[in-house]
Amino acid sequence: MAIEQKKVVMDADGIDRSLTRIAYEILEKNKGVENLVLIGIRTGGVYLANRIQKKIAIIEKVNVPTGILDITFYRDDLARARKKPHPEKTDIPFGLEGRKVVLIDDVLFTGRTIRAAMDALIDFGRPKLIQLAVLIDRGHRELPIRADFVGKNLPSSRDEQVSVSLTEKKGQDEVVIERSF
Amino acid sequence: MKLAKKDILGIKDLSVEEINLILDTAESFVEISTREIKKVPTLRGKTVINLFFEASTRTRTSFEIAGKRLSADTINISASTSSVVKGETLVDTARNLEAMNPDIIVIRHSAAGAPHLLARMIRQSVINAGDGFHEHPTQALLDMMTIRNKKGGFGGLKVAICGDIAHSRVARSNIYGLKKMGAKVAVAGPATMMPRDMDKMGVEVHYHLEEAITDADIVMMLRIQTERQNQSIFPSLREYSSYFSLNKRNIGLAKKDVIVMHPGPVNRGVELSPDIADGPYSVILDQVTNGVAVRMALLYLVTGGES
Repeated sequence: MAIEQKKVVMDADGIDRSLTRIAYEILEKNKGVENLVLIGIRTGGVYLANRIQKKIAIIEKVNVPTGILDITFYRDDLARARKKPHPEKTDIPFGLEGRKVVLIDDVLFTGRTIRAAMDALIDFGRPKLIQLAVLIDRGHRELPIRADFVGKNLPSSRDEQVSVSLTEKKGQDEVVIERSF
Repeated sequence: MKLAKKDILGIKDLSVEEINLILDTAESFVEISTREIKKVPTLRGKTVINLFFEASTRTRTSFEIAGKRLSADTINISASTSSVVKGETLVDTARNLEAMNPDIIVIRHSAAGAPHLLARMIRQSVINAGDGFHEHPTQALLDMMTIRNKKGGFGGLKVAICGDIAHSRVARSNIYGLKKMGAKVAVAGPATMMPRDMDKMGVEVHYHLEEAITDADIVMMLRIQTERQNQSIFPSLREYSSYFSLNKRNIGLAKKDVIVMHPGPVNRGVELSPDIADGPYSVILDQVTNGVAVRMALLYLVTGGES
C-alpha cells in the first residue's frame, strides 16, 4: 500500500516574503531597473514574474517589461518523449538585444529547463546578461547551472516531489514536498 | 492528448478532439514566424521529404518553410525532376526513399488514395498534401484555424463553399471538417460541377451562388480550373463568371461580418472580383500565414513519440 508523506515547507507569507526579498535583490544587483526585463517560464514562473513585477513597481514606481516563455520547442527530450508535450504561446513583445534579463521559474531541479530557456532567449537577440531567479532550489543539477536569486534552498531526495501551488493556478500559495513509498 | 495516428491522410479519419489538438498546437507555432530569428531546434535531425507529383507553389513552399523553421532537413522532389520520368512506379520510389530513412514524407499526387498506399507500404509518417479529387487535409485545417480565429468557434456558423465542387479536394476535406466541428455547410456550383450524391454528405446543395451565400458567415470560393474549359463541364470562363463570381453586387446577401476565403491561386475576375479578393472581407493571406503554423504543428505532432 502506498503511503504518502506530505509536508508544507513554505506558506503564503513565506512565499510573499521571499518574493519581496528577491525583488530587492534584483534591484540591488542590477543597480535599479534600467534595461531590466523579467521573463517567466511557463507556467509557474509566469505568475511569479508578474508578482515580482508588481513588487518592483511598488519600490521603483516603474513597470518592468515582463514576458512569457514556453520552452517546449527547445526541450532536449522531444525525440524520446512518448507523449508530445503541448506547446503554449511564447509572448515576449519587446527586444532582448542589450537587455538585462531575469529569468524566473518556480523550482530549479536538474537545470535542463533553464538550459532550454537560455537557448530560447538567445534566439530573441543577444541580451547583455541573463540572471536566474527561482522560488525553490531543490538541488540535483545535471548541468552546470546555478541561480542568482533563490527564495529557499530545499534539500530533497530524487524520489520526492516538490510542488509550488499558487492562487493564480487554482490553489493556495504554498510549497509542498511529497514522498510516496 | 496525443495524436493517435502515424499519418495524416484525411480529415475524414480525424476526431473532433484531434482537430482541436492540431489547431491548438498550431496557435503556439504562429509566434515563431513573427520572430527576427524564425527558427527553433524542435525537429533537429529529422528529415522531411516533400514528394510532389503535381504542380504546387503554396503548399510545397508552406511545408518547406514549416520544416525549416523547426530545424528539420527538408528535401523537395517534384515529379518532373525525379526518376518518375524514367518510369519508376510510386511504390518503388517510396521504397527507395524509405531506405534513406527520412522521418516524414509529404505527398501530393493526382491519384486519389496514393498517400494511403504509401502509408501502408512504409514505416515513416505520411502527410497527404492533396490526392486527386479526394482530400487536402492540411488546407482544411488551415481554413478551420482561420475560421476559428476570426469567428471564435464553429457552432451555428453557415459556411458557403462555391465553385467546382466535384473536382475539389479542398471542398471535400472542408465539408468533413466543418460538419464535425458543428458548422452548417451549403455548396453551390453549376450542375456539371456538382457530384450527384452531394446531399448525402449532409450539406445544402444549391445551383445558384446567391442562394448559398445568403446569410453566410463564411464564403469559401474555389478556384475554377481553367484547364477544364471546353471539357464540356463549362462553356466559357466568361459565362461561368457571370453566374458564379463573388462580387460587390452579391456579397451584400451574406452576413455583414462575412469573411471571404480562397485556397489559391485566385483567378482574378473569374471566381473572385479583384475588389473582393483585396477587400476588407478577404482573409486569403491569413489563410496562407496560418498554413505554415498548421503544417509546423502536424510535423511536430507526427514525429517521434514512438515507444
